[in-house]
Amino acid sequence: MTGAGDIRFVKVLIAVNGIVPLAMLGWDWNQGNLGANPIEFILSTTGYLTLIFLLLSLAVTPLRKMTGRNELIRFRRLVGLLAFFYGCVHLITYSIFDKSLDLSAIVSDVWERPFIALGMSALGIMLPLAITSTNGWIKRLGGKRWQKLHRLVYLAGIFAVLHFWLIQKSDFSWPIVGVLVLAALLIYRVWAKFAPKAGASAKA
Amino acid sequence: MAEDTKIRSSEITDEATYLNRRSFIKAGALAGSAVATGALYRYLNPPPPREVSTAKIGDFSEAESPLSDELTSLQDITNYNNFYEFSTDKRGVAPLVDDFEVRPWTIAVDGLVEQPTLFGIEDLLKIDQEERIYRFRCVEGWSMVIPWVGFPLSKLIEKAKPLSKARYVAFQTYYGGANPSGAQLPPGPNGMGNIFAGIPFPYVEGLRMDEAMHPLTLLATGLYGRLMPAQNGAPIRLVVPWKYGFKSIKSVVRISFTDEEPPTTWSKQAPNEYGFYSNVNPDVPHPRWSQATERRIGEYGRRETLPFNGYGEEVAGLYKGMDLKRYY
Repeated sequence: MTGAGDIRFVKVLIAVNGIVPLAMLGWDWNQGNLGANPIEFILSTTGYLTLIFLLLSLAVTPLRKMTGRNELIRFRRLVGLLAFFYGCVHLITYSIFDKSLDLSAIVSDVWERPFIALGMSALGIMLPLAITSTNGWIKRLGGKRWQKLHRLVYLAGIFAVLHFWLIQKSDFSWPIVGVLVLAALLIYRVWAKFAPKAGASAKA
Repeated sequence: MAEDTKIRSSEITDEATYLNRRSFIKAGALAGSAVATGALYRYLNPPPPREVSTAKIGDFSEAESPLSDELTSLQDITNYNNFYEFSTDKRGVAPLVDDFEVRPWTIAVDGLVEQPTLFGIEDLLKIDQEERIYRFRCVEGWSMVIPWVGFPLSKLIEKAKPLSKARYVAFQTYYGGANPSGAQLPPGPNGMGNIFAGIPFPYVEGLRMDEAMHPLTLLATGLYGRLMPAQNGAPIRLVVPWKYGFKSIKSVVRISFTDEEPPTTWSKQAPNEYGFYSNVNPDVPHPRWSQATERRIGEYGRRETLPFNGYGEEVAGLYKGMDLKRYY
């Protein structure tokens, strides 16, 4: 599956499947099926989706290296953009529907509640990454500098998982899953950075 | 291409079939995966609630002065519940309570009383039942308006005859097994025993004696004129309308009189977040939720939260001279 047409098809597949949850959320909303507190439900669901796609985008490189399927890299931008998209829907839900665009309430929320500041920061980090995700920007910045900039996604991942952790009252089972997945993805990178070098020097 | 006579017609057909098959497979993969993703979403976010209908309460006096606020629907009241013994997901409690049997049921009344006593639920239901329409404010920043049926806690306290040195009342929620006095209780339902709750069980709460004796403080046996639905704390629960909802302990099996402030589950769990008093107070923010506003279930915008949840006239006197920012 390396043909250009196949790559394009898989991209369509990812995009369509990525949008299915939003479509169902919208459908349920339209049908009045979101339960007693629809805004809270949309807020938490879009939050989960942001985190899921963010972690999936971080999983692309480890998967590519472990399976040797280099074409996987061509889907990473789309997965990352889906994360950013759901993050924006999450922020819009919070600021417009939850806070009715009451700026002073939002500012004091950010100021007084670390989990909100962390969530905002995570999305703030993702914004320049989404903007510079195009081929044009990769050329303009040069591969090395672009890569350096996009390492910020690790920070966004850490902030997003912390944000998720801090909102819990007492049941931390899902945040623990988030921490474990993120930790595995980050530890893989540290390991990958040092392990091959050891192999190379042994050969030399 | 079809008009190119140099290519045999059989070849053209093959090509077309080939392409058709490719696009057929692709369309199938696209549709199939979308359906699978949708099914996964539906599995994780199950379709909306079912109706509950418990038996009607035969005889109760209807509320004298209903609030101007609209009542929250029975559907919402019974499908959005914080009952951690079952689940920490408010939408997830109702589907788990089907096998929660609440007969036989007794409340053990003990501690600093003349004589420890067991009160059977049938006897408690014989106390004059009255309807009370109260605002209910959760610490999470949402609220409801609920037509409870029940009787003032003071009526039970008078029957229990606490000693004069009793200054506090402690409550305990059912958590499977037997009543603390050894009296028979229904076996724990399958759903009960959520190991992910992150709080210790049994759930415990407490009130100061004057709060417990206050005429607004209710032992509720039902809502909307029907026996209490399981997810709302069947068969009998506390309702203290000027405090955050977690004070209004569900499915009570024990009431003890003490001379010291009793431990309460959430204030033990996170003392900096939840205090013993936990009066609704828009001026004391919670680390995760501003308490200045609330979302009334069924509405989209937010309302201003009222001090003591709007019951200040009746209860502010209980706290005269107390720094309510310190005793939150």
